Amino acid sequence: MNCNEFVELVTEFLDGALPEDDERRFIEHLAECSGCETYLDQFRQTIATTGELTPDGISADARQQLLSAFRDWQRE
Amino acid sequence: MAGARELPPDEVLVQRLRDGDEETFALVLDTWSGSMLRLAMSFVSTRDSAQEAVQDTWLAVIKGIGDFEGRSSLKTWVYRILVNTAKARGTKESRTVPFTSLLPEEEGPTVDADRFRAPGEPYAGHWAVGQKPQPWHIPEDHVLRGEVREVIAEAIDELPPRLRTVITLRDVAGYGSEEVCDLLEISPGNQRVLLHRARALLRRKLEKYLSGAHDVAGGRGRA
Ligand SMILES: [Zn+2]
Repeated sequence: MNCNEFVELVTEFLDGALPEDDERRFIEHLAECSGCETYLDQFRQTIATTGELTPDGISADARQQLLSAFRDWQRE
Repeated sequence: MAGARELPPDEVLVQRLRDGDEETFALVLDTWSGSMLRLAMSFVSTRDSAQEAVQDTWLAVIKGIGDFEGRSSLKTWVYRILVNTAKARGTKESRTVPFTSLLPEEEGPTVDADRFRAPGEPYAGHWAVGQKPQPWHIPEDHVLRGEVREVIAEAIDELPPRLRTVITLRDVAGYGSEEVCDLLEISPGNQRVLLHRARALLRRKLEKYLSGAHDVAGGRGRA
């Protein structure tokens, strides 16, 4: 496997979606190529950091309105 | 992953919501609204419109929780309402994000071809001299980590809508690939192409940021 092929298969590899044969070639390449080992590691770190995002919530106003809507609806 | 933490199991959540437990409602509202907002941004043209889509979704949830049948997880049910609501708004704003097939710009290599040795050269297709990825050091310090997260958040905002939608669901909201395919009515193969592209773009941004930061003594500078 070449490096330019390897870098396109990373998501499939991480999803466990690579056909057995390709997975074997992927792992063989990984074992002997430090550049691709770094690439895979950076991909993992990117995914992990993306998972740490705490996106902004809705506005305080909207939150209050929704809470009172919930209260009113339950009372009906 | 964001969204899944500290929430009781679905049966408990649903029962409490039906019982009118305001604390539980506030909890799901605060836990999910952020990623819902990002998701809605994929379908509509302004932040205000996305806010309204999220609000409309929660109103529909309040009214519909009695009818929730538990065939999917509560969160998937809520997200599905959101996607429908946001899509309808987007259509009105004549901004649609069809997912049935890939666009030409979504195919092709995700790493610049000139980082690899050219065809015909010895070791063609392997990393070219000086182009090999260099190991990163993502700082432990929480302020600096926050800066790295900021780089990612900005990069996500700049992604084309389809890529943004898929990465938001998979990597921010923590959905599995099957759920995302279901939610967006998209094939597993196409879902993976979009996700891979989005991740590769974020990795590239981080690489640029982290290598820039490395040039400055102390590593605090921004490229
Ligand atoms: Zn390689």
